[in-house]
Parts: sequence; C-alpha cells; structure tokens
Amino acid sequence: MVIINTYLQMVSKPQQFDVMVMPNLYGNIIGNLGAGLIGGPGIVSGMNLGDQFAIFETGTRNSGRSIQGKNIANPAAMLLASSQMLDHLGLKDHGKLIRESVKKVISEEKIHTPDLGGQATTLQVVQAIVKDIKEKTQQWYTHFNH
Amino acid sequence: MAARVLLNSVQRLIVGKAFVTRNFSSETRTVTLIPGDGIGPEISESVKTIFAAAQAPIAWEPVDVTPVKGPDGLFAIPQKAIDSVHKNKIGLKGPLATPIGKGHRSLNLALRKEFNLYANVRPCKSIEGYKTPYDDVDIVTIRENTEGEYSGIEHVIVQGVVQSIKLITKEASIRVAEFAFDYAKSNQRSTVTAVHKANIMRMSDGLFLRCCRHVAEKNTDIKFNEIYLDTVCLNMVQDPTQFDVLVMPNLYGDILSDLCAGLIGGLGVTPSGNIGADGAAIFESVHGTAPDIAGEDKANPTALLLSAIMMLRHMGFGDYACRIEKACFDTIREGNVLTGDLGGKSTCSEFTNEICRKVEAT
Repeated sequence: MVIINTYLQMVSKPQQFDVMVMPNLYGNIIGNLGAGLIGGPGIVSGMNLGDQFAIFETGTRNSGRSIQGKNIANPAAMLLASSQMLDHLGLKDHGKLIRESVKKVISEEKIHTPDLGGQATTLQVVQAIVKDIKEKTQQWYTHFNH
Repeated sequence: MAARVLLNSVQRLIVGKAFVTRNFSSETRTVTLIPGDGIGPEISESVKTIFAAAQAPIAWEPVDVTPVKGPDGLFAIPQKAIDSVHKNKIGLKGPLATPIGKGHRSLNLALRKEFNLYANVRPCKSIEGYKTPYDDVDIVTIRENTEGEYSGIEHVIVQGVVQSIKLITKEASIRVAEFAFDYAKSNQRSTVTAVHKANIMRMSDGLFLRCCRHVAEKNTDIKFNEIYLDTVCLNMVQDPTQFDVLVMPNLYGDILSDLCAGLIGGLGVTPSGNIGADGAAIFESVHGTAPDIAGEDKANPTALLLSAIMMLRHMGFGDYACRIEKACFDTIREGNVLTGDLGGKSTCSEFTNEICRKVEAT
C-alpha cells in the first residue's frame, strides 16, 4: 500500500493492518501512531534487533521527563518490553507470566496510572502485578511439591 | 455604500496591476474551472448550481487540462489552460486521472510548478452528522509544497545504495511560515505549530524551524510552538483538539494532511487549497476520480464544494462562503438527503438541490 494513504487508513480503519514493514522515518511515524491508537506510550513496548545484539525498551522511546520522580509513570511499557526480552532469551514461561499479569491488572482490574485516565501510582500498579504473579507462582510451587 | 465604492477605487489605484487577493467589492470575478475526470464534471456542475443559487459573484471559465503532445514529443498542459489561470489567478479543480504512458508527467506536479504553488492548505473540521471516532477536530495543515523530501534529487551511489536529497531553503521556509501566520490571522486562529524532526535532521529541519521562529517573532499576536512529528502523531489520535494550525515541510505535510483528513471522514469531505506566488491559488478536491460511479449521479460533491467555499473566503467573499457552507453542513447534519458515501441513499442531484434550497432560503 502506498505509504501516504496508509495514515488515513490507520486513523479510520486500523484493524485492516497486521504486520507492517517500512523504512526508518515512516516507521517512527507509524509506530507512534499505533501507540496513540491503543492507549499511548505507557503501554507499548518495543524491541530493537540486530545480527548480534537485541535491546528491549518502551515502544515510543519517550523519556517522560515532565513526570519524572512523581510516582505516576506507567510501568506497563517497560514490563512488557522485559517480557519480550525473556521470550527472546527462551524463557517463554516467565515472559508469559509477567505479560499476562500486566494485562490482567490493566485490562481486568483496571488499575490505571494517569496516562490511562486513572489515579493509581506507579507503585500501586507494580504491587498489583507482583500480587498476581505471586498467586500464579504459588501454584507452580504447589504443583512441584506434589 | 459610497464609502465602499470609494475604497475599492482607491484600492485599485494603489495596487495598480498587481493582483489583490482580498477584494471587498461585489463585482463578478472570473475563476478558472478544471472539472477533471471521472466524477469531476458532475461534482463541478453541483458546485456551479449551488453557487448560482447563492448568486455568488463568480463567473466560471472551464478549461481542459488533458495533456497535449508538444513539439518535443512530451505531453504538457494545453497553453489555453495555463493562460486562463495566469489571467484569472484563481482556479477550482476536480480530480484528475494521470494518464499512464511515455511522456506523461504528473499533471498536479505540472500545475504546481507552472504556478509556483508553494503552500498546500487543508482545513480539517469535524462535520456534524458524519460521525468518526474523533470529535471536535478543527485543524489546519499547511504544507510546504515545493521542496523538502520531494525535491526529486536522487542518485545511485553504487549498486544497491541509493541517496535521496532533502532540500530545505531559507526562502521557501520563510515563505510558507509567513503564509501560515497570515492565514492564522485572517481566519481567527490562535496558534501556529511547527512540526519537525530537527533533533535528527539538525541542518534541514533545523533551518526550517529557525525560519519559523524568525517569522513568529514578527507575529507576536499569534502563539507559536514546536513539536516533533512523532509526538504529533502520538497525540493527534489521542486528542486532536489540542492542535490548531500546523506548518511543516513537504513530506510531513503530505502525511499529516492525509492523517487529519482521516480524522474527519476521509478525502470525500476534505477541502484543499494550493497557494502560489503572485496571488495565484488553485483550490481542489483531493479524492480520486471514482470511475466506477462516474456518470451515475452518485458522487458526493462535498469536498469540491468545501474547496470552493475556501476559494470564496480567499477572494474576500466571506458572506457567500458562510451562507453556502451553512447550507452544506445543515444538509449533512439533518441527514435526510445524503449521498451513499455519507450513509444515505440520495443522488448527487438531490443532495445538490437540498443545499440550493437552503441557500436560497437565506
């Protein structure tokens, strides 16, 4: 698809797209557009792959200086990036564990930091995720001990 | 009344041969009309009909821009069409199909070069009655249209390595920035935002940005700020109401103008104007020729009509512009007589007549 019309399509019917590959500048734009469409920089993760190295980070690379040190940053993006990293390292069970807990806290329990319209602090979100992970890992240990 | 006539005479004396784009008289002005291809002729007829109903002081001079073969074997716009726009300065254009074949250059590019159309303006305002996932959008994108990433300078370094030159000049950047601030003032907009990636493209976008800052300093009654392109995209889809007038180089403008059109419902309802040096301006619909519905009275003339309304404002006929625009928006909002693409079952003629009815009632 010609890249220019893509932007129009992205804001009106983004569901038609699956995997998109493109040169550098367009990727910067589409990546940010996509992040905006689904909730913003707080929940999108990204990975950078090379022949020998891989770096995982928040998807839009926003430093968020204006909210630095206020305990309101959304930890989801970084946590999702780290779970992608675990997948990449072959630790798929652990990657899945973290990712699903993050999703549960955001989508089901709806514990949201201000960027998602809520009033939770970073710490509250992290504690909720840790609680969910602990519940699941308890089950693992219980399973092992039988 | 007498004072107005005197003012016009004085204006004409002072201005002499130079063309005044802001003409407050009510004498009829001739405008070049390029109906275009596909649905072009029928939507052009719609616009003419509506303008006649409004008794707008516009006389139409239709021209055909179908390329003709020149002595050099290359196809070019017929001289008659070129002379018409040079004479009238203002044009309204429907969609053009670029013929495929040897010797054909893009017609839009040819028009742009011929009339030095340096700024592309797209006002994108949410239309009541045509719901999109985004509300209260009211953004104007102003795109530098002569250089930038589309300078057309490319070369092969070695096999498999190609370089493309992004050309940014002080002259073109200042020119488009000045237009952006003038537009903001004339249209009661409060903020002009320069969109750039000067953190990465330090010299090219850096120059563009500095030129915008320079012009901003001379226009302190309009607010000015700067934003990265990727941040605009991120924020635009989360809250488009935070943006007002955006000015930017060519490629970013190409992208953002289409993005904004998508926010309000697509190219079928988005107007566009191309501003040239010497007072020339061509207003156009930017959708395609829709050959599958051409001639079937199904086309939606809204984009061309809104472009024509932009044209009226540019020419200083604000009152006529408002009347016609209100009739058009009221028709869409009421939702009784809508073309297929707007979710209705009416024909182009029925839609046009409804707008005419409303215009005549004012």
